[in-house]
Amino acid sequence: MKKPFVYVDNSATTKVSDSCFNAMLPYFKEKFGNPSSIYSIAHDAKLAVETARKKAADAIGALPEEIFFTSCGTESDNWAIKSGARLAMKKGKNHIITTNFEHHAVLHACQSLEEAGFEVTYLPVDSEGMITPEQVEEAITDKTALVTIMYANNEIGTILPISEIGAICKKKNVLFHTDAVQAVGHVEIDVHEQNIDMLSLSGHKICAPKGVGLLYVKKGVRLPNLLDGGAQERGLRGGTENVAYIVGLGQALEDASKDIYDRNKRLEYFRNKLTDGVLSKVPKVRVNGSLKHRLAGSVNFSFEGVEGESILLLLDGYGICASSGSACTSGSLDPSHVLLAIGLPHEIAHGSLRISLCDENTEEEIDYIIETIPKVISRLREMSPIWNE
Amino acid sequence: MAMEYSEKVMDHFMNPRNVGEIEDADGVGEVGNAKCGDIMKMYLKIEDDIIKDVKFKTFGCGSAIATSSIATEMIKGKHIEEAAKLTNKAVVEALEGLPKVKVHCSVLAEQAIKAALSDYYKRNGIDPEPILGKIPPAESCHIHD
Repeated sequence: MKKPFVYVDNSATTKVSDSCFNAMLPYFKEKFGNPSSIYSIAHDAKLAVETARKKAADAIGALPEEIFFTSCGTESDNWAIKSGARLAMKKGKNHIITTNFEHHAVLHACQSLEEAGFEVTYLPVDSEGMITPEQVEEAITDKTALVTIMYANNEIGTILPISEIGAICKKKNVLFHTDAVQAVGHVEIDVHEQNIDMLSLSGHKICAPKGVGLLYVKKGVRLPNLLDGGAQERGLRGGTENVAYIVGLGQALEDASKDIYDRNKRLEYFRNKLTDGVLSKVPKVRVNGSLKHRLAGSVNFSFEGVEGESILLLLDGYGICASSGSACTSGSLDPSHVLLAIGLPHEIAHGSLRISLCDENTEEEIDYIIETIPKVISRLREMSPIWNE
Repeated sequence: MAMEYSEKVMDHFMNPRNVGEIEDADGVGEVGNAKCGDIMKMYLKIEDDIIKDVKFKTFGCGSAIATSSIATEMIKGKHIEEAAKLTNKAVVEALEGLPKVKVHCSVLAEQAIKAALSDYYKRNGIDPEPILGKIPPAESCHIHD
């Protein structure tokens, strides 16, 4: 019998979709020209980049000239935060507001600004993994240069009140950036309506390849250059465009922004079935993060008495690919800062398991996971010295 | 193959040897703590200074379970003085290597055996320190080299 392969780690990365892959292909070997050249294959490439820019803009309610292609979400975050800070510094501002459970791309960018003399407020999330707009409002001072708050959390999938925060930042005249890497394709985004000044997103979370992302910058925000060089990306990010990947990102964004409601209904059904199944079959397990404000396809469990990497290795043996916030998988000695931020004790945080679904997952796969998780957990608990029935 | 684990590590993780407890153990040792994400507990049955049986229970990652498992194999049937000489290096070698960030698991395995032997010596009125040296308390997670 063929070993099953069940991929449920879509918050880590996604498989490139056929639609995206096919859209990219002509730009490797046929229309491979440099968009800055003048002959026809170059013009084709230029046109493709601009078409992708239009598609990307449409997907988030932006104007094409507000879209800047980058190499990844991390690059977009760094650009927005560091250049946003430089911009505000000219106006004598030196304060940044973020949360304590951002992605490391944001947290570490903020920390590097702290070293450069900025003051950073890390708003604490509550036990549900949420912050309130009031927390943001109270933290804003006349020195506040930038508010940077993620749209949806990468580990526990909670969705933050971005529209409300946008309204506050607009009222207070503070630049507002959001890392929407996990949110795009799962929530309806309209950057203008929501008063978002800058937004980062990444291709590989929405079925485009790794190595391409974008930063939306609202017209009128004069963000300093990321890469000094040629005239690409309106001179703000020099470097020959990654044409095929940009085409792929445009296609993936067009696909991802279609039928969000229907897709979410389906994913929610699967996610709820999985959650209920695990909670009913496994004792001493909790779900991390708000059940109400969360991404449709995402769930994060903590199992008492077992360690996350062991769970993942055993699941891998069953052909199931998932992830954990345990120290052993984070490459550090501490468990995930996100799980600690919502107040989990270390030993509970070590036993976490994140499952993130996509369009391709089937009900059979969900049933298989529900059947497998209890086996894996009880096997590990049997050999755990801290597990008591 | 998952992660950078050797086949041997995966074998001992997937099919751990000597899992369990010994009710009337002659020595029991526990090292590590839940905060760090690793706890190893070793049970020894000792007759005439020979380790007749050994069992373990481990909370931890794949390499924590694998190092516990192979360490029990390495000391079973051995004289206690020989078991006391088991080093983390020998454990790593027996597993055909461990990723660098996982070497601390082998240290825990060595310490777990020493802690169990120490308990055995104490029960028999022997001061374990001259034989085993000091077993560092494991309240810190930062035991990487």
